[in-house]
Amino acid sequence: MSASVLRVGFVPLLDMAPLAIAHELGFARAEGLNLELRAAPSWSSLRDMLLWGQIDAAHMLAPLPVAMALGLGGAVAQVDILQNLSLNGVVVAVSLGLADAMRARGHGFGFDDARTTAADLARVAQGVLRIGVPFPFSTQAALVGRWLRETPLRYELCTVPPPRMADALGKGEIDAYCVGEPWGSMAVETGAGALVLPGKSIWAAAPEKVLAARHDWIEAHPDLTRALMRAVWKAGKWMDDPDNRETACALLGRAEYVNAPSELLDRILRGEMIVSPRGELRHTPQIIRFHQDAASFPWRSQAAWFAADLAQRHDLPVGPAIDAAQAIARTDLYRENLRDLGADLPGASAKLEGAISAPMTVASERGTMILPPDRFFDGHIFDSAACV
Amino acid sequence: MKLHIVIVEPDETRARLVIDSLQPLGHQVTVIGEPAGLARRVRDIAPDIVLIDMANPSRDMLEEMTLASGPMDRPVAFFVDRTDTELTRRAIEAGVSAYVIDGLQPDRVAAVMDAAIARFQLFQRMRLELETTRRALEERKLIDRAKGILMKKRGISEEDAYALMRKTAMDQKRKVVDVASALVTAAGLLS
Repeated sequence: MSASVLRVGFVPLLDMAPLAIAHELGFARAEGLNLELRAAPSWSSLRDMLLWGQIDAAHMLAPLPVAMALGLGGAVAQVDILQNLSLNGVVVAVSLGLADAMRARGHGFGFDDARTTAADLARVAQGVLRIGVPFPFSTQAALVGRWLRETPLRYELCTVPPPRMADALGKGEIDAYCVGEPWGSMAVETGAGALVLPGKSIWAAAPEKVLAARHDWIEAHPDLTRALMRAVWKAGKWMDDPDNRETACALLGRAEYVNAPSELLDRILRGEMIVSPRGELRHTPQIIRFHQDAASFPWRSQAAWFAADLAQRHDLPVGPAIDAAQAIARTDLYRENLRDLGADLPGASAKLEGAISAPMTVASERGTMILPPDRFFDGHIFDSAACV
Repeated sequence: MKLHIVIVEPDETRARLVIDSLQPLGHQVTVIGEPAGLARRVRDIAPDIVLIDMANPSRDMLEEMTLASGPMDRPVAFFVDRTDTELTRRAIEAGVSAYVIDGLQPDRVAAVMDAAIARFQLFQRMRLELETTRRALEERKLIDRAKGILMKKRGISEEDAYALMRKTAMDQKRKVVDVASALVTAAGLLS
């Protein structure tokens, strides 16, 4: 039987790893798929390629399908979330000028305390801070909004393509940025700035990228959808094994994938974060997660959280936004297609976002499973059921 | 009514091509070549239409415009004409993305898009031809160098050197240029 060709788009970032691994390590082939991976130059182009059928599925910023479900940004078709590709994996960088000023005021670059870092940044920032994010509908935009909401800091979000972020910081086009790795660490590598926070210090389990496809395509191709989800899930599992890290980084560094030094990717996956051009090292384990503890389960409450955030920012009614978002999180397909692989399947498809501060045992289809912390730095707890 | 059109395009040849197709229609055209501060510059110019290559990584910087909601802002939409999906499909295939001020007459937008799509296609063809010519030239040079190496090492004529490479290529089911490339690499290592 010849393999079915599936065209899958991505933007060059470390968190596209499950797609590259599914292709390179034969997980796709084992499911009868031949993945044709296509790098997209921008998120808007990736979205349009998916909407207009030039690709069948895509690596996407988690809030992007949600924004489309809310009618934001020129959507012409419903795009569903099949599973999470990664959690966290973003960092916040500031310019050397801001870093020096923060240091002079006693900031220790501990790289772990969102509240102190926001206060220290607010103390030295002058005028309106320009903060780069990869896209208006991005986890990064949502995280920055959450992080700075209680500070007096005035800021505006500027969209900058991830691979250009460090350059834009160095040239003074922006003062700070929040982006997926390795484009955050690139600020330190190029001497353009310093890292002040990993995204997980703002929200411990923020969905970062998802595997998305058009709703009508999924309906028309249930077998291909199943094969793709299984291949990607197995690739994510493979990624989480530390023994595979070096192989993964050698593959991912290549020009057709992330196009970044393998050593840098390896260091990030090990959590050895160099936060300033002085070489200060901060051990930050699990800066990005692909698989463990149901990381790839597309919780309806995660989509709902992004919907509430987008609705507030764009003046839309929150209740209908949450309903629309929950409808595209395909927990049904996740259960159906990954059950026999032994995936952790939680008893419920929604949870209180932000309520878990220590690993917690919850009901699962096979008994119990562990959910890792998902707290927000400010204690925010989001109950999607209470908003609709 | 004259439209003000911004083209975001670092490649001067392509920018020129698009300008030449739009100016005869009576439109004013401004080119922005640099990505720095793109969104702000477009906002300052306040054009009716912005054209940008889909492959341009700076495109995301324009996406913010579709969200501008201040009282003074003019609404902008990514060009997706629901009544003429064929035009949209052609635009996407040609790699043209456009941002259009809300309220422009659809036929006026369509005329601009038609012209831009034609020029983008022309440019794609030109680039393809240029690439084909360049590759042919490089292959030619490589084969000539390999021929030279064989002639010197084995004291054979140019014709025989080429015949030898062609036979080797046929025996190994490879292209002549691949054999030449292997030969040049090996000679480089051995010298």
